[in-house]
Amino acid sequence: MTNMRMTEQDLQDRETKIASRGVDVFYGATHAIKDVDIDILNNTVTAFIGPSGCGKSTFLRCLNRMNDTIDSCRVTGQILLDGDDIYHSSVDPVTLRARVGMVFQKPNPFPKSIFDNIAYGPRIHGLVNNKAELDEVVEKSLRRAAIWNEVKDRLDQPGTGLSGGQQQRLCIARAIATAPEVLLMDEPCSALDPIATAQIEELIDELRQDFAVVIVTHSMQQAARVSQKTAFFHLGVIAEHGDTNQIFTNPVDKRTQDYITGRFG
Amino acid sequence: MVLTASFVAILFLAVAGYGMSRSRAVSVAGGNLARLHSRPSYHGTYSLLWVLIAGIATLLIVGEAWALLNERIYFSIIEDARPGLAQIEKQLILSDAHQLARGGIASATGEVRTALAETIRVMDTWRVVVTAILSLAAAAAAAALTFGRIDADWRARNRSENIIRAILMICAIIAILTTIGIVLSLIFETINFFGKIDWQVHKFLFGTTWSPLSGVSAGKLDPDKVGAVPLFAGTFMITIIAMLVAVPVGLFAAVYLSDFASKATRAWAKPMLEILAGVPTVVYGFFAAITVAPAIRDAGNFLGLSVDSSSALAAGTVMGIMIIPFISSLSDDVINSVPQSLRDGSYGLGATKAETIRQVVLPAALPGIVSAVLLGVSRAVGETMIVVMAAGQGANLTWNPLEAVTTVTVQIVMLYTGDTDLETASGPVFALGFTLFCVTLLLNVVALRIVRRYREMYD
Repeated sequence: MTNMRMTEQDLQDRETKIASRGVDVFYGATHAIKDVDIDILNNTVTAFIGPSGCGKSTFLRCLNRMNDTIDSCRVTGQILLDGDDIYHSSVDPVTLRARVGMVFQKPNPFPKSIFDNIAYGPRIHGLVNNKAELDEVVEKSLRRAAIWNEVKDRLDQPGTGLSGGQQQRLCIARAIATAPEVLLMDEPCSALDPIATAQIEELIDELRQDFAVVIVTHSMQQAARVSQKTAFFHLGVIAEHGDTNQIFTNPVDKRTQDYITGRFG
Repeated sequence: MVLTASFVAILFLAVAGYGMSRSRAVSVAGGNLARLHSRPSYHGTYSLLWVLIAGIATLLIVGEAWALLNERIYFSIIEDARPGLAQIEKQLILSDAHQLARGGIASATGEVRTALAETIRVMDTWRVVVTAILSLAAAAAAAALTFGRIDADWRARNRSENIIRAILMICAIIAILTTIGIVLSLIFETINFFGKIDWQVHKFLFGTTWSPLSGVSAGKLDPDKVGAVPLFAGTFMITIIAMLVAVPVGLFAAVYLSDFASKATRAWAKPMLEILAGVPTVVYGFFAAITVAPAIRDAGNFLGLSVDSSSALAAGTVMGIMIIPFISSLSDDVINSVPQSLRDGSYGLGATKAETIRQVVLPAALPGIVSAVLLGVSRAVGETMIVVMAAGQGANLTWNPLEAVTTVTVQIVMLYTGDTDLETASGPVFALGFTLFCVTLLLNVVALRIVRRYREMYD
């Protein structure tokens, strides 16, 4: 985990990947997210922190329209990916999700071989033309996810036979294999032990070189370790967001201060 | 009557024993229930169980043993009165005497029968009264003994749990023993049948002429006329047709219900499908014979094909419709139990709904779907009513689904109904039944193996 502390200048140079403007989310009559404005920068890890039920996962799932699979969910406002509204009627959520990949809280490898798990995305999106290219993509993705050495001799074994930490890295490799531009991670370490967590955190820091990474986490230490930008969610609004350093050392908002010093949440 | 009354009395004693033991336990506790090792209701249960066991066991054992003993006495009475009678005639006299003793009508009357009826009436009264008294005494003794042992340290809970465990075990053993008994009787009768065709087993398994009752002579069957291949072929063809109808329709219905239908649609569509499973097979049978078979014949005639009035196609199609709800309902359950996280993972990679279902959901649900299909197959193989009514009766070896064929189950029905000699018919029937049993067993074993292999892979 090198180069964690970047200067303000570094961050300002980066371009905005996703811009959220006045986003509201409703579950039926419940107003889950209220008027959220935030910019997600390229090549940056952005952490969403906050107490349970504050809406950080809900907002994360808006960024690749995973909430579309829930009938009662309604999103208003604008979310711009490279300047284009992802909720515009001309956008197909299927292609959007190929650009904005997602890793879930619980490792969810498909009941297929390790190879087929990784090859799933490239195959359905037609990213490869032949077996040799597919082999290459699989190996590259597994290497990027730092799991190649552990599984290279058993690519035909079921992915479900791996340990929890390995499964989660497999899922990260699977998400990388579709060559997304943004990687969303919904509490990716909450089902893992400390050693596996450390491996994933190291991996997240490396992934930043290629993607914009957004991570939801309950662990403030984790947010401080892996992210450069942090947004603190409270009761469906962003109470404060900014550089991770500043949020953890010198929070402006009283609620943020209370939360990070452990007074609630 | 008396025995029924004593049975009811034992039930009352058991309930009374429960109440008394329970309140005794409460009073032993002296206001502090925590002093007791077992809750008062366990003291009651322990008493209740022993009263029931002692009372009912005495009732059954004494009553039955005495009845058997009486039968022997009656036979020796008949032997004394009419020496040298054949066993079957003695049985006839005895059953007449039982009828007379009960005040019923006998096939014949006579001095022996009337005298025996009087003896039976007297001896049976003794048997009943003494058995009733003994069983009530045993139940009361059990109540008194269990009541007397109650104190704070008495481990009534452990003991009644042991008794209940023993009862559960006995129930399991009854089920297992019944199965073993059926299998053994199938095996012995089949061996017996093979003896009647001079051990030419291959002629049964591979012969192509089925007319078992036409070559009977001196307790032997003609081995050349018990070839069961036309039956196996008919069963096989109808099963294939049924599965061709049921598997695609059932599976697609399941996919629709689990992944496409809204909650509201699912709420009424699934019960509707399950109602289809509740239609008696005899209804399907006449539906097949009266509606489907003529429709297929007319359609065939229109196309210039010759179709029999009852055909394998008609029976198979209707049987397939019957099996649809089994396959759709079971498959729907397994598809639903595929975790949402797998679907989310697939959608999160930009997969469409169709890709997700075909490549993630169905493979994950495959073991369950396979076992649903095999369950459907074993139902199709064993199904009787539809084929009896719609498939025909002639043992006709053909691959043309438009002709009438016959199945194993149809022939079992034909042999055991109508004017046939049961003694002769039972040989082929048991052999066919045994074959059917082997096939279904094989299917179940294969299904289990497949399921287990996939479980190891995917769990």
